[in-house]
Amino acid sequence: MKDNLRDDELVCRCEEVTVGDIRKAIQAGARDVTEVKLRTRAGMGLCQGRTCELLVQQIICRELGISADKAGFSTPRTPQRPVTFGTLGGDGFDK
Amino acid sequence: MRQCEVLVIGGGPAGLSAAIEAAKAGAQVVVVETNREVGGQLVKQTHKFFGSSRHRAGTRGIDIAKILRKQCEDLHVELKVNSLVMGIYADNVVAIDEKKSLTEHNIERIQAKKIVISTGASENSIRFPGWTLPGVMGAGAIQTMCNYHRVIPGRKLLMIGSGSVGLIVCYQLMQAGAEIVGIVEALPHINGYAVHASKLTREGIPIYTGYTIKEARGKERVEQAVIAKVNPDWSTVPGSEIVLDTDIVAVGAGLKPLIGMAHMSGCEFVYDKALGGWAPCHNKNMESTHKGIYVAGDTTGLEEASTAIEEGTISGIAIAESLGYIPKDKAKTLKDEGWERLAGLRSGFKGEDRVKAKMKQLNRYDEVMKGGK
Repeated sequence: MKDNLRDDELVCRCEEVTVGDIRKAIQAGARDVTEVKLRTRAGMGLCQGRTCELLVQQIICRELGISADKAGFSTPRTPQRPVTFGTLGGDGFDK
Repeated sequence: MRQCEVLVIGGGPAGLSAAIEAAKAGAQVVVVETNREVGGQLVKQTHKFFGSSRHRAGTRGIDIAKILRKQCEDLHVELKVNSLVMGIYADNVVAIDEKKSLTEHNIERIQAKKIVISTGASENSIRFPGWTLPGVMGAGAIQTMCNYHRVIPGRKLLMIGSGSVGLIVCYQLMQAGAEIVGIVEALPHINGYAVHASKLTREGIPIYTGYTIKEARGKERVEQAVIAKVNPDWSTVPGSEIVLDTDIVAVGAGLKPLIGMAHMSGCEFVYDKALGGWAPCHNKNMESTHKGIYVAGDTTGLEEASTAIEEGTISGIAIAESLGYIPKDKAKTLKDEGWERLAGLRSGFKGEDRVKAKMKQLNRYDEVMKGGK
């Protein structure tokens, strides 16, 4: 939305990344969601980008004037949902 | 490591339908579900469904969930609840974190001959000043709180988005005792079913078409929302602001497929706005570009519970066929019937765009499998 893209607005809550941070990353050369993620950590927190991915995508599209399918998506990693270290390290895997 | 024939990730309408078909034919099926009971989003859908009797029109979503669950139980499908899938790894190995109690977890790996990914979708968020204040919530999340956990998250609700989810959630919240201060829709017209919208307008609830949310205000949580008229370029019209007292800003901005599992499996994707963005492509068996991994329901494109049921059904039949439980000709008849019912479902509301998008997925699958790029 054109008139309210303020630099101080939060985009990724988990990692506290703002619109300004994402703009800076794009100015530094980021061209898609993954490249913004690598530079800013947007999408690397607890929710793994489930909340902010689309918002990051929108900012990239607007700043670069590209369509959504060109902005890509964030690569999902294992574990896909939060798992505690205790669970992973506890009794270990099944034999 | 434990072995199974069919492992279904996500026990919603698509996953349960896949499980039912595969088990009916004789396959051994395990359904893994993160929540404490299966049914997916049906468990909170207290409204009656539209459509044909084949798709249980007139039945409430919550009852459809019970029917599907009962069928699974009768067929001895193993329903593994409170269990989240951490990922899909090489050779169809799935790692599962099962919550036994608040502190006790059990990690198990299962190797499956066939996997169905039916992980559904997640809600879209929108960004505006104040969107991280407590009180700004997804419309679907509010519906879960209200209809499933029996908690109303606030007293005065402003809905952003007039799609079917937004409209239904407003009506249900109103029935539960909340005040609906309005519905904001950036499009010049109401986005969801007119049947639902008229129920709300009859109660005097204003629907602000051509408006958007400009800001949510409040100290510790949402106290007010500012809405304004929107220009075609998404800027707002100065001086058109309306300030509304509200403690909940519900965001009904659509959903997007949850594609993590499919992506981890190396499936190919197609982007289409009509299906909610990126989604794995598949063939007419609902098999993804990764052999032995099937996709069904919202995870392969945002539609409705009835389409999810049909896609799940087709995948279940195709799996039973490939495991040798259903002869080829019989499977073909059953799958063709499923596709016919899907075509029927997609002939309705906004169906044309979905048909095109689904064709794109099928074509992309063919392209990839032929070795194209």
